[in-house]
Amino acid sequence: MMKKILEVKDLKISFETYAGKVQAIRNVDFDLHQGETLAIVGESGSGKSVTTRSIMGLLANNAIVESGEILFNGSDILKKSEKEMQKIRGKEIAMIFQDPMTSLDPTMTIGKQVAESLIKHNKISKKEGLAQALELLKLVGIPNAEKRLNNYPHQFSGGQRQRIVIAIALICYPHILIADEPTTALDVTIQAQILELLKEIQEKMNSSIIFITHDLGVVANVADRVAVMYAGKIVEIGTAEEIFYNPQHPYTWGLLGSMPTLEGTSDRLYAIPGTPPDLLEPPLGDAFYARNEFALKIDAEEQPPFFEVSSTHKAATWLLAPQAPKVTPPEEIQIRWAKFKEKQQSRA
Amino acid sequence: MENVKKTQAEINQIPASQFEPLEKNTAIEREVISAPSLSFLQDSWRRLKKNKAAVFSSSLLLIVIIISIVTIFFSPHDPTAQNVNYINLPPKIPGIDINGFNGTAMVGGQLVDKYAAANVPDDVYFFLGTDGLGRDLLSRLFMGTRISLLIAFIAAMLDIVFGVTYGLVSGLLGGRVDNVMQRILEVLSGIPNLVVMILMLVVFKPGIFSIVAAMAITNWIPMARIVRAQTMKLKDQEFVLAATTLGEKRSKIAFKHILPNISSVIIVQMMFSIPSAIFFEAFLSFIGLGLKPPTASLGMLLSDGYKTFRFLPYQMWIPAVVLSVIMIGFNLLADGLRDAFDPKMKE
Amino acid sequence: MNSYIKYLLKRVFYMLITLWLIATITFFLMQFLPGTPYSNAEKLSPEQIALLNKQLGLDQPVIVQYGQYLLNLLKGDFGISFQFKNQAVSNLLGGRIGPSMQLGIQAIIFGTFFGTILGMISAMKQNTWVDTTATLIAILGRSIPNFVFAVLLQYIFAIKLQILPIAKWDSFIYTILPTIALAMSPLADSARFIRTEMVEVLHSDYVELARAKGLSRWEIAFRHGLRNSLIPLLTLLGPLAVGLMTGSLVVENIFAIPGIGEQFVKSIMTNDYPTIMAVTILYSAMLIFVIFIVDILYGIVDPRIRVSEGSRG
Repeated sequence: MMKKILEVKDLKISFETYAGKVQAIRNVDFDLHQGETLAIVGESGSGKSVTTRSIMGLLANNAIVESGEILFNGSDILKKSEKEMQKIRGKEIAMIFQDPMTSLDPTMTIGKQVAESLIKHNKISKKEGLAQALELLKLVGIPNAEKRLNNYPHQFSGGQRQRIVIAIALICYPHILIADEPTTALDVTIQAQILELLKEIQEKMNSSIIFITHDLGVVANVADRVAVMYAGKIVEIGTAEEIFYNPQHPYTWGLLGSMPTLEGTSDRLYAIPGTPPDLLEPPLGDAFYARNEFALKIDAEEQPPFFEVSSTHKAATWLLAPQAPKVTPPEEIQIRWAKFKEKQQSRA
Repeated sequence: MENVKKTQAEINQIPASQFEPLEKNTAIEREVISAPSLSFLQDSWRRLKKNKAAVFSSSLLLIVIIISIVTIFFSPHDPTAQNVNYINLPPKIPGIDINGFNGTAMVGGQLVDKYAAANVPDDVYFFLGTDGLGRDLLSRLFMGTRISLLIAFIAAMLDIVFGVTYGLVSGLLGGRVDNVMQRILEVLSGIPNLVVMILMLVVFKPGIFSIVAAMAITNWIPMARIVRAQTMKLKDQEFVLAATTLGEKRSKIAFKHILPNISSVIIVQMMFSIPSAIFFEAFLSFIGLGLKPPTASLGMLLSDGYKTFRFLPYQMWIPAVVLSVIMIGFNLLADGLRDAFDPKMKE
Repeated sequence: MNSYIKYLLKRVFYMLITLWLIATITFFLMQFLPGTPYSNAEKLSPEQIALLNKQLGLDQPVIVQYGQYLLNLLKGDFGISFQFKNQAVSNLLGGRIGPSMQLGIQAIIFGTFFGTILGMISAMKQNTWVDTTATLIAILGRSIPNFVFAVLLQYIFAIKLQILPIAKWDSFIYTILPTIALAMSPLADSARFIRTEMVEVLHSDYVELARAKGLSRWEIAFRHGLRNSLIPLLTLLGPLAVGLMTGSLVVENIFAIPGIGEQFVKSIMTNDYPTIMAVTILYSAMLIFVIFIVDILYGIVDPRIRVSEGSRG
């Protein structure tokens, strides 16, 4: 196994609001390895964005870190001061944001915006910074980069702006790149281009990427490992192949089932009914039980622990307990399981 | 909630019955929206109450308004009664014996009991002293506050009527009418409202009526703009479209649907108009375009006080403080209301 | 043609209409005024009055007088002052423009500069005691009328402490107190405005991205926050200018400054209608000019307007 570059342990984060305390992250635990792409998938409100903000140290003022550690380079990020974090942000850990139309300062040239973090972190001159910025713009595929250094964001299309945002994130050659729904706000064709770009970059720089999304389809192309989040917890985590072809948690089934694919034989898309639970008063048991058609009695009372499916794959569902009945997953999932078995056998 | 790590043994201990399928009223449970939802007004009221400054200033203003009304009937002295014998007496408050508040004042370096010198009867007190014509300052202060507030309220009301009507019409009708109306506004806004006010008062001679009219004519433009902007925003929303398709007359739509929804904006704007009107009235009085004596407004009191400022500064400070307090009160209240109504408020 | 230039031309057109409108209103309002331009009218015989009227062109029909009036305006001739019988209004006012302009410009620079700083600090330290204090100062500035400020400043610094001159306009030091008095209102308004803008900017996506780059809060405030907040501040300049005109009337009076405001008040007292009309038109013209300049500035300062959308890649 490759070296671990980031370790998130037992993370619990709440937010103080006028209505009470919202438990945004109830328990999150994962590692990031050098050179890999880890995708975190979940609905809005699942806690994926809060997780990334906590890694960057960019939580809102009313956030309370109840417990947990985020280990990077041997020290705990949660315990660092703002000044220490400023040295890390942009330089060692960088972030790509979701909406390219609003992520760039409309009154500053893009050359300056790209060079800004490099100039600050490496203490170089403005001229050198701009020269580097130019290189990065070429790297991310902005045509005519020399002339466009002095242009303003509104003079670029959405896809190009997102490339600029990526350039900003990459310019200091960070160890970890966090991509927070980088393609959600873009057209489908542009999405594909951006994903291609990210893959290229990862190969060139051997960086580690955390890729946040709500869209499993996007994930299939880029991720080495996938973590599925629901109501502030990771419910299933494994390699991409394991998650796509051997999913064990009913929520993952739901996500996969609602993904239109060309392979399935059913004519209807399976949609998970209902909405995520209120995190002001999370349910006692498994948070997914209300929408889970495979729920067991114990799901309403106790939260399931992680059950190991393989050395790289675990899922938090009572369905994997020895006492649990054998359930028949939706047709879509059965097809995938069958494929998984095939792959395993062909390897054996 | 702790991390759930159970040993294999613990897991094996869980009875098999727990692993039977769960029956639930899935439909109801799924659709429950848990956070308490407050109506817009309740939400705004809650926010307003939290704003200490706004609460304090509204209580203060309420007291001022009540006093102004009560003193129509109960005033320590007649505010217009002149008495040449009692000119420029210092304040005298019964029961207080601090120099400056007991009827004594410094004259040429010596403390003199001016009440005795003017042969004022023992039971006659002027809490804030008298002015250059022997009139009781406190009573004049009450009268001045009353009149200033009256002028301000009426002017603000008129502003609202003009502004809201103009804005509603312009916003609802849209198209060419709106265009023309907006062009007119553009032209009008190049004229400083001050000059129009002054022009009007020079021509039509100052008096309560003309002052109110002058202010109403000039201050309605911001209200019109805001109302129009909001109307246009609401016009595109579905409930208006629904009402139109149901055949409701436009005027009814304006009153029943749009007006209630923009009332918050109107109230805020009105709360800002009032101190503006008070200021302008004081300002006009100060430069000599105010009311005719013996009527007093806060502006007139300031103007009179200024004349004797070097020798009797308190005659100007006292109305100045009252005026400032009222203005501060309204501004704080208006700020508080605006923040309370604004759903984008980030805490 | 560049759409922006077209926009500017349209604005010029409206400006001219406004000016014409105010001149017309002024003219016709003055027709309502009672009395004659002659202070000793009772002593004159009807024939003498008729002769004088003819000389001044007052016997012509109103429309003709109006036309003449407009023509005179274009020439810069505002007639003869009623107060100072042998002085042309333009002469009377000409020399006074300087002090008023200086006072106004000083006040606006002082006011917006310190107001911006106050607003910025307020926004950065939102909801702390710093914010509350700064907001309080802004509220005081907006609520206490500028003539009260003027008198207060005079009282404290000139009368009691005696470190600054009480009135007149002889050298720079004389301008300090009136500038501060006049600047309080712009200061308060700018502070409030910048605070609101800054707070919104600080919550924007691009500021979050800037934080993710590792910039410090102050670096972000100055490099990203300031420019984005200052641009909308331009919209305040028009109303600010009006406030300055209003304020100058009393401040110039209280500090005996030989400016337009001081003369205006005197003219009001003495019913010097030609001067009143002239100042009215002058103030209007100045306001319109300021609004126009703001429009131009907007185009220069905001890159989204300045750089035309032609160069998409």
